[in-house]
Amino acid sequence: MEIPYAVKPRPDTGLYNAKLGIWLFLASEVMLFGGLFSSYILLRVGADLWPHGMVSIPVGTFNTFVLIASSVTVVMSWASLKLGRLGDFKKYMALTIACALGFLGVKSFEYHAKFTHYDVWFKDAATAEKYFKAAYGEEKGVEAARKLFVERFHLHNTKAVYEANQVQLPGHLEGNPLFATHRSLASAKKETFQFTPDAPFGTHDHPKPIEVKLSDVERLSAYVPKHSTYFAIYFTITALHGLHVLGGAIVLAYFLFTANTWWKKNPEQLANRVEVGGLFWHFVDLVWIFLFPIIYLL
Amino acid sequence: MSHDHSSSHDPSHVDHNSPEYIQKTIKKYLAVGGILFGGTVLTVAMYYVHIPSVFWTVTIALLIATVKAGFVAAVFMHLSDERKMIYGVLICTVFFLIGLMGLTLWAMNDFPFFTLVDGKPA
Repeated sequence: MEIPYAVKPRPDTGLYNAKLGIWLFLASEVMLFGGLFSSYILLRVGADLWPHGMVSIPVGTFNTFVLIASSVTVVMSWASLKLGRLGDFKKYMALTIACALGFLGVKSFEYHAKFTHYDVWFKDAATAEKYFKAAYGEEKGVEAARKLFVERFHLHNTKAVYEANQVQLPGHLEGNPLFATHRSLASAKKETFQFTPDAPFGTHDHPKPIEVKLSDVERLSAYVPKHSTYFAIYFTITALHGLHVLGGAIVLAYFLFTANTWWKKNPEQLANRVEVGGLFWHFVDLVWIFLFPIIYLL
Repeated sequence: MSHDHSSSHDPSHVDHNSPEYIQKTIKKYLAVGGILFGGTVLTVAMYYVHIPSVFWTVTIALLIATVKAGFVAAVFMHLSDERKMIYGVLICTVFFLIGLMGLTLWAMNDFPFFTLVDGKPA
């Protein structure tokens, strides 16, 4: 059975069916991401402390450029079909898919960096200060840790009270394991672990690794959703967006690989399919346009 | 994109499928691509300039994002010249989106029933 109005517009709507369908779908997507954006605002405004500088701005900027470039190439691929240039369509669509894979590659690089980066919370203030001194030096240790805390949470102009055992000591575990926790280290019968703290704020001088007793640690967490509200909402929104990029790339790749068949069978329908896929792709770009400043810059 | 306006038999309409029209729109696409790149550079530059007011930082960043999104929607998604049915769908979407975000934020300072703050009902 042939699907009706796949090429010609329906007389009542003035649109071919798939176009109305994709716009209704995008309307539901607006509500989905709108709900998540509301949640983000609610969580952020309601939080006592909200971290800054947890993600790399140059990496996020690069990915923004990649998505914008892909939006240009996908619309050019559609225009090429309308001009009867199948070769150009293939070229632009391949570039779009390359951009999508590039975006996902960079994102997975970012995620991996988070999954191997840890915060350690110590049992009490005295214990915390002992490790700060071990990490950053006897004289400047406590001040260096305090500075990292103040800069992360932008506490310069707030009345928030500094308490040493609130301070997360950020850094990397020996061997860069993924998703290690206090429990997983305890299960592995580890009594101590090697920890390389992050460089003091504003420098790139990584301190030497320090030996940390597991019994001194209150909590150990990689930068994963359960680390904090910030990472919970960060991973929820960016992973959902990433899944959209992946889904869009699969659909666009299908159009590319079946283009020859469709071009012979019904070139107008191929153009319409690419238009509908392109509309979804632009929406994915549009979501990122708001995500980038909210997650990376503000 | 293909609005199929040519099939509407309205002589006042431009043929959106004609090669001449498509060639013109290609120039528009490239120009908008440039604007989007420029907007991104501007957004990042604003971050490094560091505006002291949080209100203005957020407002400017979201304003630039909205302008960029407007270009994507109007030109790449062809909303500047679309059928009424699509506008109808989008008007409903905006209405419900405002409701969703507005009601969520309106409830921001509400406490669930029986919440105690310092031992007293909130």
